[in-house]
Amino acid sequence: MDNRYKQIIPAPNRVGTQTLVFNNRPSVASMAAIAGDLEGEGTFGDHYDMVLTDDLWGEETWEKAESKMFEEVVRKALAKDNLDEKWVECLIGGDLLNQIIAANFAARQLGLPFLGVYGACSTMAESLLVGSVLISGGFMSCVACAASSHFSTAERQYRSPLEMGTQRTPTAQRTVTGAGCTILVGPGSGSSKGIEITHGTVGKVVDLGITDANNMGAAMAPAATDSICAHLADTGRTVDDYDLIVTGDLGALGSELTRELCLKKGVDLKDKYLDCGDSIFTKEQDMKAGGSGCGCSAVVLNSYLLKEMMSSKYNRILFLATGALLSVDSTQQGESIPCVAHGVVFERRMG
Amino acid sequence: MDYIYAFLIGGLLCVIAQILMDLTSITPGKILVLYVTVGVILGGLGIYDKLVDFAGAGATVPLTGFGNSLAKGAIKAAGERGIIGAFTGGMTGTAAGVAAAIVFGYLAAIIFKPKTKK
Amino acid sequence: MNKKELDEKQSYNELVKQRMDKSPLLPDCVKAFITGGTICTIGEGLRKFGEHILKLSEDDVAAFTAIVLVFFGALLTGLGVYDKIYKFGGAGAAVPITGFSNSVVAPAMEWRREGLIMGTAARMFTIAGPVLVYGVGSSVIVGLLYLAFN
Repeated sequence: MDNRYKQIIPAPNRVGTQTLVFNNRPSVASMAAIAGDLEGEGTFGDHYDMVLTDDLWGEETWEKAESKMFEEVVRKALAKDNLDEKWVECLIGGDLLNQIIAANFAARQLGLPFLGVYGACSTMAESLLVGSVLISGGFMSCVACAASSHFSTAERQYRSPLEMGTQRTPTAQRTVTGAGCTILVGPGSGSSKGIEITHGTVGKVVDLGITDANNMGAAMAPAATDSICAHLADTGRTVDDYDLIVTGDLGALGSELTRELCLKKGVDLKDKYLDCGDSIFTKEQDMKAGGSGCGCSAVVLNSYLLKEMMSSKYNRILFLATGALLSVDSTQQGESIPCVAHGVVFERRMG
Repeated sequence: MDYIYAFLIGGLLCVIAQILMDLTSITPGKILVLYVTVGVILGGLGIYDKLVDFAGAGATVPLTGFGNSLAKGAIKAAGERGIIGAFTGGMTGTAAGVAAAIVFGYLAAIIFKPKTKK
Repeated sequence: MNKKELDEKQSYNELVKQRMDKSPLLPDCVKAFITGGTICTIGEGLRKFGEHILKLSEDDVAAFTAIVLVFFGALLTGLGVYDKIYKFGGAGAAVPITGFSNSVVAPAMEWRREGLIMGTAARMFTIAGPVLVYGVGSSVIVGLLYLAFN
């Protein structure tokens, strides 16, 4: 027996080292996605609940607009299934801004109990992971998991003023303007849509020494690989057990590298792999390596992916959102970029 | 002919910066610092003025020209007023451009709003 | 960090470098050449205008040219056009004094919402500041060296 178990009793609902098994399965009651206009013109444009024509959305600042997206996407998700706001026992979410103000300020407006999480672009998966634990553990019966990002708030915080001239490198990705929300309810709830979360894999922070903040996909690929492989090893499953393995925002180069790194570890992703960042914009939109940001995986999951699960196209997917845990200061100080990828498994209940 | 030389030399100075941007990881901000400093050095050595005589605005409009003005201003004032001139000369020589940037920058901030980019 | 980790990082960085698309150097350079050349040619026109029509002194011609170009840099930045010129011309838009103007005006506009004093004014030189620090700093050294050798 592992030495640590002399002192720590092994948890019954965990397999392997990083994966949680939800015996008491949380299920999806509703979801919503709000996206910016460029995203609306993109690949999944028809699937979003709302596409903004003006990404300032009548507000004075970009930050307020992002916070409004966060707030409205939660309201929309609830309204779609006639769920009362008061039924939500906890709002879990975050965004990319300093001190996650978009989420904080939205939570103030919504007046719900709130757990703010920060996992950079992995936030959507992290929210779902925390939400699933709360429900599966029997602590809560209805939680809202959300994440948002906004091109213009991210640009001024991480890169340069909007009107400042820049030339984007081929590996650069565009921060997605969008917010997504999934409402999770306990087992047996009447509003369940028959899609359950069965597993969650908590990612390790991995850093293979990439320092270029314009090449986030390459920085995150090793973290994605690590979590995919850990998940498969923990559960004893193979790629064939899934209809789709989805990563968050690795972009064109990052997803190519992830395939390669997985293959090196003996995991062939075959045609079962989709990266939200790589596919959210069309080739004609010329967004270099693709989309990024918390909103990227959040809007794709809460529109296209969950809809396709409801329509039985996919029965089981591994949704892994990846986050680059850097800051402007760490980049200027020459630090490499630590990254993380958290995963949750969505499964359609049969029969 | 003056226009052609201005175009050629001005364009060439930009191409050198573009090569640095594409082939190295030096950020544009650092390249501008490099340009202004190189301009000051070449100006201090009296070399840059030969390029200005030849290419006119092709040499004065790029940031190296800004550096040259700084150096020339400092040398001229140092000759007239000694150490104090060495301190005041550079800023005097380039006051127009800097003051214009401050004034127009401030006005633009009041008049215009930044827009989201496609 | 042990040797195995170090090797892993090194080989990964090499793999990334190999796979990275490079910026298209030749087209970039041609565009930079055209953009930079055009801005300088306009500058030459302004110099001629100041010299022959306004009959300005040599120093004033330089100042006049700088002010007008900075003005247009600021105007195009305000109208949201300069960043498009930059996207096309790259260094061709960055290196001329209009680019300096852009780098002052853009942050001034961006942080207007944080107030005219602590936003606009305080952050106006976040990008162009280093140019002034190194430019003015080295000009003082040049002035002092001139004194030392003459």
